[in-house]
Amino acid sequence: MSTASAPSPQPSRRTAGRGSETRSGEQVRGRSLLARWGKWLVSGPPLLYLLVFFAAPTLIMVLASFRTPGEFGGLAPLIEEGKLDLNIDSYARFFTESIYAEIFLKSVWYALLTTLCCLTLAYPLAVLIARAGKRYRNVLLLLVILPFWSNFLIRIYAWMIILGPQAALARGVNGILTALGHEPVPLLFSSFAVLVCLVYVHLPFMVLPLYANLEKHDQALLDAAQDLGANRWQRFWRITFPLSLPGVYAGAALVFIPALGIFAIPDILGGPDDSLIGNVIKQQFLETRDWPFGSVLSIVLTVAALVLAGSAAWMGRRNLGTPSSSGASRA
Amino acid sequence: MALLEIENVTRRFGDFTAVDNVSLAIEAGEFFTLLGPSGCGKTTLLRMIAGFLVPDAGRIVLNGEDLAERPPEVRPVRTVFQSYALFPHMTVEGNVAFPLQMAKTPAAELPGKIATALEDVRLQGFGKRYPHELSGGQKQRVAIARALVTHPTVLLLDEPLAALDAKLREEMQLELINMQKEVGITFVYVTHDQTEALALSHRIAVMNNGRVEQQGEPSKIYGFPTTRFVADFIGHCNLLSGPVSANGGGIVTVDVTGLGPVRVAAETALPTGRPATVALRPEKIRIEAAAPADTPDNHYRGTVSDLLYMGDVTVYKIDTPGGQKIEALLANSASGRTQFFEVGDAVEMSWPVAAGHFIPE
Repeated sequence: MSTASAPSPQPSRRTAGRGSETRSGEQVRGRSLLARWGKWLVSGPPLLYLLVFFAAPTLIMVLASFRTPGEFGGLAPLIEEGKLDLNIDSYARFFTESIYAEIFLKSVWYALLTTLCCLTLAYPLAVLIARAGKRYRNVLLLLVILPFWSNFLIRIYAWMIILGPQAALARGVNGILTALGHEPVPLLFSSFAVLVCLVYVHLPFMVLPLYANLEKHDQALLDAAQDLGANRWQRFWRITFPLSLPGVYAGAALVFIPALGIFAIPDILGGPDDSLIGNVIKQQFLETRDWPFGSVLSIVLTVAALVLAGSAAWMGRRNLGTPSSSGASRA
Repeated sequence: MALLEIENVTRRFGDFTAVDNVSLAIEAGEFFTLLGPSGCGKTTLLRMIAGFLVPDAGRIVLNGEDLAERPPEVRPVRTVFQSYALFPHMTVEGNVAFPLQMAKTPAAELPGKIATALEDVRLQGFGKRYPHELSGGQKQRVAIARALVTHPTVLLLDEPLAALDAKLREEMQLELINMQKEVGITFVYVTHDQTEALALSHRIAVMNNGRVEQQGEPSKIYGFPTTRFVADFIGHCNLLSGPVSANGGGIVTVDVTGLGPVRVAAETALPTGRPATVALRPEKIRIEAAAPADTPDNHYRGTVSDLLYMGDVTVYKIDTPGGQKIEALLANSASGRTQFFEVGDAVEMSWPVAAGHFIPE
């Protein structure tokens, strides 16, 4: 292929008339061959990777969700006594036992709260970084992603220490509470601890897309708005915020979706009532060993995440008013 | 008293003085242009009038009121930005409505005012479009409609036509002139394009290195530049220097090196021996193949060393035997042929005493 595409004009082979015509024809064909196969060559490996490690497992999971759990965990044989054993029992269970729907809704609520907290904390920070001098921007961004340099679990365990009953924070808070005549509260192993850690872990995922968006904003637009009579507040709500919506939606998706399926944080920092859907799924696979039901929960979670992310993207486009990418790029 | 008075305004950026003790008086209803090369301070001055920059010294007075305490959003001044700065997430209507909404115009009055503003810039029917669906010229019109819809006292225009192609630029120039006549609002226009400044303005202030070199009507600026910089920046100009050799009868003679004595009409006599510079526009020079039939005031020989055929005119670079370079311009309609002279042709140059004038030094 490379020999056909590489143009190596040799004077000796350059003859007049038909000869050169055939040659240029070959060159065209060579180029189109490269054009046709080149993109497969480039996109082939990642495509193969996705097929083997994403599409196939998802399909296996879908299949597992219709099967019967094995007697000692795992899956019962697919073909038993000559009959294909596929059923919707596990789906029926999800929709009839309300506890799972409740946990699922609670997870959505936690993820939503996390997203909102991240947005309110990240927005001012992203604005600050985007408007900082060029010299400081990279340092500030580095500080935002610095936590990624240490292990996720270690960072969660660090919160155990920060929120622990002997730590200064808990003592201070409870000191104030008892002084005011209230009962002391445990900070650790509570919904509060889960939420604080969820926000902490996901904050960079909100800051980065917001910063990427805000950094591209044209100062001339803010000047124009000010020139046309808009005060600081109006400039933010009429210009900066609507133009940053693509960043807000991107950040919201990056926070909401992982927060929805998380299990490590409630496991380590949560109380007995703080199990989220991720914990239940993990439980189904590792402890209860009911793989079909675990698969059902995973599928519900995936579908819910897709629907929410899809509708957020759709809303983002609609709010921006421009279906093309130019609106986003101008922003 | 003038509508907008700029009194001894200075603005520095670090060690660099962008605007250096500038004073201007702009009358109501005037089309006033700040003209100069990039970095001359014209945009800095405009941004100070808009309120985006604060002068380090001096005052900006509008309608008798010092604007120092007024931030941009509460000045009765609007700006048309070079990049148009249309809000990409709003339709044309939304953009034009923005300043009205900021001014708390009752919602019921909005549609009528928007429609009138879009009519004024001939953009009826474009209200629902987004900026990215408009051409450069249309964006420009929206920017102007948006700036004029609240009837500001002064409209500031920062190189508004720079991004348009030549043909469209000319069209927009005519429209700007008509628009300004119709609305009667004072325009302060910034440009580095001298033909644009000459075509549009009632008065021009030519700026260089943060100072105003000369201000006046376009014909005065072009016809009688008072500094070397203005003569050179506005159009082309032959600058002929030498000592004054004679005075008499309202005519001063200068001995120009490489050319010879040049006679120029002057109201006041100049002391003999003092160096002087004469500005002479290329189109005022007559060039012929043979010696002129009449006896002109100034008459020299030279050789064409270079020529630029421009379509309507041809620019000739002529070398005199003494080594002086003269630029002359000949309308091609006058020659009757597409080209009158070739490189290497010997030509006779002549001009009357009234053609040139002295630049005070």
